[in-house]
Amino acid sequence: MNTKRTLLKTVAAAALATMAMGSAMAADITGAGATFPFPIYAKWAEAYKKETNIGLNYQSIGSSGGIRQIRAKTVAFGATDAPVSGADLDKDSMVQFPAIIGGTVPIFNVDGFAQGEMRMTGPVLAEMFMGTVSKWNDPKIAALNPGKTLPDQAITVVHRADGSGTTFNWTDYLSAVSKPWADTVGKGAAVKWPAQTSVGGKGNEGVAANVTRIKGSVGYVEYAYAKKNNIAYMALQNKDGKFVRPDDKTFAAAAAGIDWFSAPGMGVSMVNAGGADSWPVSTASFILMYKNPEDKAQSAEVLKFFDWSFKNGKQMAVDLDYVPLPDKLTADIRSKVWSQIAK
Amino acid sequence: MSMESTMDSQMMPSKTGNPNMAAIARRQRWQDVFFHRLTQSFSLLVLVALLGIIASLFINAWPAFYKFGVNFIWRVEWDVVNEEFGAAIAITGTLLSAGIAMLIAVPLAFGIALFLTETCPVWLRRPLGTAIELLAAVPSIIYGMFGLFVFAPLFADYFQMPVQQLIGSMPLIGWLVGGATNGIGILAAGIILAFMVLPFVAAVMRDVFAIVPPILRESAYGLGCTTWEVVRGVVLPYTQKGVIGGVMLGLGRALGETMAVTFVIGNAQRMPSSLFSPGTSIASTLANEFGEAVDFHVATLFALAFLLFVITFVVLAAAKILLMRAERAKGF
Repeated sequence: MNTKRTLLKTVAAAALATMAMGSAMAADITGAGATFPFPIYAKWAEAYKKETNIGLNYQSIGSSGGIRQIRAKTVAFGATDAPVSGADLDKDSMVQFPAIIGGTVPIFNVDGFAQGEMRMTGPVLAEMFMGTVSKWNDPKIAALNPGKTLPDQAITVVHRADGSGTTFNWTDYLSAVSKPWADTVGKGAAVKWPAQTSVGGKGNEGVAANVTRIKGSVGYVEYAYAKKNNIAYMALQNKDGKFVRPDDKTFAAAAAGIDWFSAPGMGVSMVNAGGADSWPVSTASFILMYKNPEDKAQSAEVLKFFDWSFKNGKQMAVDLDYVPLPDKLTADIRSKVWSQIAK
Repeated sequence: MSMESTMDSQMMPSKTGNPNMAAIARRQRWQDVFFHRLTQSFSLLVLVALLGIIASLFINAWPAFYKFGVNFIWRVEWDVVNEEFGAAIAITGTLLSAGIAMLIAVPLAFGIALFLTETCPVWLRRPLGTAIELLAAVPSIIYGMFGLFVFAPLFADYFQMPVQQLIGSMPLIGWLVGGATNGIGILAAGIILAFMVLPFVAAVMRDVFAIVPPILRESAYGLGCTTWEVVRGVVLPYTQKGVIGGVMLGLGRALGETMAVTFVIGNAQRMPSSLFSPGTSIASTLANEFGEAVDFHVATLFALAFLLFVITFVVLAAAKILLMRAERAKGF
């Protein structure tokens, strides 16, 4: 019965979509939120506009801003890096689905390591960020990097000064791998950084600037940013005990093992995902929409945009060092999530 | 009220003279009243906006003040995850960085203004003055980027490290230069701020020095005073009000500066332990955290904003009182 209804709805959606196609003069789609997926949304929007003549007006004002905007109903969709809880979704009668996957990488400034050669585990990394491991020649770091000479240098922690989804992803990871971190610091878009030496930089560029400048520093940035600017990053030990380097394959491996419907609103954290090749600090960025939107035509346009992007935007995502969602997942999103949105 | 009555008395004779003149006078009076009301409403608009800002800040900040009370001001805590907040760290950073900025900028500005008005060759006055005004037109983000990418590395290598080696182990003052020599922190922020407020203070000082009547100045020179004695005994007393006004203008800017400070202050929510250690200011905390703040966090940021407002107000009020006292002492 349920499938029949879904089928009906899909057909109805398709019919509506074709009808909407007919009217050439459609307004631009409006959205607001996370900064992390902004480059890929912009890229998709550019290609989509060429094809359909419908533009996307996306304001990358940050995840909380995106949530505020969709609650105020000033945009047709909101975008957030940290998933909204199932209870909040129900309260606002909203649906949530992931749209793109990316990763955060630990970067550092110590001489004598090739790209991705420094090996690190989550708990030791957490201790470095807590300040309990305060020198690079600490036995815990040395044990992970046999045969390497590590300097007798103080570790300077560099973090994001502005509240950000990247910080949420990073602290989510540290909380998952280190109980002391989870107990004393926790996770959030901005946290109380415990290390006595920590300094904050504004944006990915601020963190990267400080890390590349300050000898002996360690920080975290989005993978795309580290790769583009060729900043030294570490290999991390994942849940299966393997040391992996961040790239599109290890991000995709992390996504493959996730049961997206195990949490309400698909709000599954991808950190410390299982699988031999999984990068442990991967993250999805989510889209928020109303089940019963006031402007149904706009809402349908949003779905059409993401439908088109899921189908045609994979290479664009890879080019920008994101990971597109697997086909099975996008099929599930169409049938299980989009079907809940009133057309 | 009083204005209108004086106008009435002025118009009396014309009324009795020529009826046409009376009509003109009436129109003029009406125009004057209209003009008075119009400009009055403009200034009231400022007052309304000011009160509106204070009220909206306070209302939005209320949950934070309600939870922490007055203690919010001196609590040394900023933990977003556990919702434990206090303003002491940000207030300290704001006052310290602005204080350092004024310590550096005011003597420099004073020297610049003196040179420009007293001893500078005339052909150099205009280009130098323009250069200083141009410095004021540089956007603050430029100062921030310059501070982080150019100034901080040089500052770390050629100031922080040598100074730490020189006096770092001395008793009593050694702690001032302790900590990591990253090039960013309270002192770096203070120095960048000094360069930002310098043109404002210097430009105001130059302008007020220039209005000292030449007869006063020349009389003093005529009595055989040196340039310094003229400045000390004639120029400064005459321009005291303007000089303090310029300093206050600079201080106001230093207290509220956001972008440049964020780049170089280090953005650490910790009580600074030395001049080199990173800290944060109220304005940079607001700029950094507002975008991603939710619920109670937003209220605490509004509370910080309200406190910045109060600090600025207190500083300005204190300056005014100082000025009034000084003038009364002089018998004005």
